[in-house]
Amino acid sequence: MTAVIEAEGLTKHYRSVRAVDEVSLRIEENTITGLLGRNGAGKTTLMQLLTGQEFATRGSIRVFGESPVESAGVLQRLSFIKESQKYPDDFKPKHVFATAPWFFPNWDGELAGRLIDDFRLPLNRRIKKLSRGQLSAVGVIVGLAARAPITFFDEPYLGLDAVARQIFYDRLLEDYAEHPRTVVLSTHLIDEVANLLEHVIVIDQGRILLDDEAEALRGSATTVVGTRTAVDSFVGGREVLHRDVLGGLASVTVGRLDPAERREAAELGLELAPVSLQQLVVQKTGAAAEPTGIEQTA
Amino acid sequence: MDDSRPIFVQIAELIENDVVSGALPEESQVPSTNEFAAFHRINPATAGKGVNLLVDKGVLYKKRGIGMFVAQGARDRLIADRRSQFQTEYVRPLVAEAEKLGITGEQLVQMIAEGSGA
Repeated sequence: MTAVIEAEGLTKHYRSVRAVDEVSLRIEENTITGLLGRNGAGKTTLMQLLTGQEFATRGSIRVFGESPVESAGVLQRLSFIKESQKYPDDFKPKHVFATAPWFFPNWDGELAGRLIDDFRLPLNRRIKKLSRGQLSAVGVIVGLAARAPITFFDEPYLGLDAVARQIFYDRLLEDYAEHPRTVVLSTHLIDEVANLLEHVIVIDQGRILLDDEAEALRGSATTVVGTRTAVDSFVGGREVLHRDVLGGLASVTVGRLDPAERREAAELGLELAPVSLQQLVVQKTGAAAEPTGIEQTA
Repeated sequence: MDDSRPIFVQIAELIENDVVSGALPEESQVPSTNEFAAFHRINPATAGKGVNLLVDKGVLYKKRGIGMFVAQGARDRLIADRRSQFQTEYVRPLVAEAEKLGITGEQLVQMIAEGSGA
């Protein structure tokens, strides 16, 4: 595996705010990576740094082995679909798709045409007059049809309805399978994309909290439910990710359990429930905001 | 897809189920990794990992440039494997639940006989 994006000690300060704080990461070629985190966690700033749109306060970035800042060779191989892309006044979607091939050498006009039909995008309406969802569709179409060797999608789905989001996920997988490339996708809708991701990076308060294969995270946490005494004795000295108590019942999330431990839990009459990637991220990023070990009594 | 186990393991199990049931006969071609990925809406690399798991187990084999096929004898081997796991995976939990409910061994045997239509 070769890393197409490498960052080392990457830091970005805005006055007193550390938007990105000592981030080191590697993104492998031809993988789909999910960049997950809460609002203000630093996802957008990180993507702006990686695409050369912001200057780092400290640290190094290598994209295809070079610094992306003002490097035409690197930048023409990137596409960055932002949540709020600005277009010239009086621009219509047809103008966007007519000019896109000037910037993206791999542009596939036929794919763009199919996506325009899929999303039922009006080509002749001024961009200003488009709905939020239609505006997002313009970005998604550009991001997919550009077939850039590295594509960043920063929350590309705003205003897209469930059907349109499913079209986006399906077309992304389809086109990625035929034309493998590196995709970095930032999103809040973790459950919707969890199965599309090969790699997951979770950031919180500018720092990397989790950086692992999606398959390794799957099953990395389990919720144990049962009577409080039984749960407490089973959980014992383990690290507890989350804990809820309801009367005499307790629901506690712990790390990975091996088959012997699962049998032990079953014999104690405890229920085991899987923890989805979304729940895992909520528990990991929510825990940092409140002191751990405090019992939430319902 | 459930969240408790890796998806590639679940993909491998789905293919194994089809081999055991005969839906995928021996020497037949299995769908491509990309077809599995599109159908289950999962990452193609994950689907590929599931297929490779079965190649390593000798359930599938690769014909270069054509695709993946079910190996000779795969069905019998899978059935033998599953029989050996039947005791731990099905009988033990069944007996444990029966004990909790106060169902005697005799009653359990009778219920199984009725359930299997014998």
